[in-house]
Amino acid sequence: MNLSVLFDTPGPRGRMRNHLLTAVSVLVIGAIGYWVYQGFDAKGQFEGQIWKPFLEANTWQTFIIPGLIGTLRAAGAAAVLALVFGAVFGLARLSDHAWIRIPAGIVVEVFRAIPLLLLIFFIFYLLPMLAGGGDYAFIAVVLGLTLYNGSVLAEVVRAGINAVPKGQSEAAYAVGMRKNQVMRLVLLPQAVTAMMPAIVSQLVVLLKDTALGYIIAYVDLLNTGFKILPAVFFGSLIPAAIVIGVIYVGLNMALSYLANWLERRSRRSRKTTAPPVVPSVADGMGAAGG
Amino acid sequence: MDELIKYAPVLAEGFLENVKLSLVAGVVSLVLGTVLVAMRVSPTPVLRAVATVYVNVVRNTPLTLVLAFSALGLSDQLGLVFSEQPRVNSFWIVAMGLSFYTASFVCEALRAGINTVPMGQAEAARSIGLTFFQSLRLIILPQAFRAVIAPLGSVMIAMIKNTTVATAGGYLADAAAVMKETFDTTGASIPIFIGIVLAFMALTMPIGYFTGWLSQRLAVAR
Repeated sequence: MNLSVLFDTPGPRGRMRNHLLTAVSVLVIGAIGYWVYQGFDAKGQFEGQIWKPFLEANTWQTFIIPGLIGTLRAAGAAAVLALVFGAVFGLARLSDHAWIRIPAGIVVEVFRAIPLLLLIFFIFYLLPMLAGGGDYAFIAVVLGLTLYNGSVLAEVVRAGINAVPKGQSEAAYAVGMRKNQVMRLVLLPQAVTAMMPAIVSQLVVLLKDTALGYIIAYVDLLNTGFKILPAVFFGSLIPAAIVIGVIYVGLNMALSYLANWLERRSRRSRKTTAPPVVPSVADGMGAAGG
Repeated sequence: MDELIKYAPVLAEGFLENVKLSLVAGVVSLVLGTVLVAMRVSPTPVLRAVATVYVNVVRNTPLTLVLAFSALGLSDQLGLVFSEQPRVNSFWIVAMGLSFYTASFVCEALRAGINTVPMGQAEAARSIGLTFFQSLRLIILPQAFRAVIAPLGSVMIAMIKNTTVATAGGYLADAAAVMKETFDTTGASIPIFIGIVLAFMALTMPIGYFTGWLSQRLAVAR
């Protein structure tokens, strides 16, 4: 629905009211902004000295870049594994054999229902018992993200294949293709185009969730930037939060933008007969979709 | 199994904190999300811009960072203190961070709901002379809410699971923190893990079924 249909083009009185509301909201937002500014200023958070570390290459080299690499490494590994997990279990849930379909369904539903942080904690404590001492933070983060996001992706794969109109597989069977050929040559190529936006948005969630590693002391961006850095450069907490926040939001927004672009493209694509799979709002909440 | 029985009282106490956090964050985020969506469709450009920026920034920030910033930045630095007792204070700080984070998703869900309301409804509302607030309150939002009960249920389920991140906001009494503490002494215990997961499922699954049932019952017939 076009939102501007909710109100008329403002007349003289409407314009007056609009100006008034604008002034009031600017005042209120300004007041909140000023309160935050004042508070931080009183604690000396805007002194040049605590911002200085962020202008030096050394800070970026020792803290921010390694943290960012840690985040991207975990996100990359988990993304690849989650895609494989999602493809395997998504297809398994569509199997004609009940002994494949039902266990796959149970695995997907269970891992979708477990709060991700609990899963990461559990893996983090379980691995040393199984495999002896060592640092399992990376593996725990990657494995947790894989199991959770892989399960969500499995649902996306299933939805994508189900979104291809039935006539497509019927036509493929009619020309004598086998089950495997129908899937490989007809359904999957069309489904992938339809799933692309949902897959990319889930990868945004995955990237966002790597921040959970902070809690088990995995060396990620949040850890180096928000815990270690302010401890080294005493008092640089707010500048650190702003810099780290900008990096996270920038990365995620770029990926979200890609997802939107892909959705628009797939909507007018002639390569697929399936409508794009729209990701659910709740899945975007990270740590735990619906 | 013995471990689960031995630690059940502590774990249950921790889980109760998650329930309390969920209740507070559920109510606040629904109210705040509705305000945000009203701002996003309002005739005042400044309000629209503010709500859009808020939703896009908060949605793309990790919850861990939101909570850590609420605790270390807003509470410690800005002096946003709800209570003199540190424990009570961190509870409200986490509840606040969680509500602010969830509100942006509630807003997105409701906006999708507004998009399902046919244009004719808004046009009819305007043509009988309803003001912006009247048409939003009486015509658009009731239909939008009914269209997104199931997605809102999913948002609430995700929010409940997100209460486990409370540790990041310095609140160390919730089920996840208690489980971690217990694992420090017992090592990874499968019964304890399964017990907590089942407790969460007992909370989330009824919400899923209830909102699913409600969304069918209240679906707007068109």
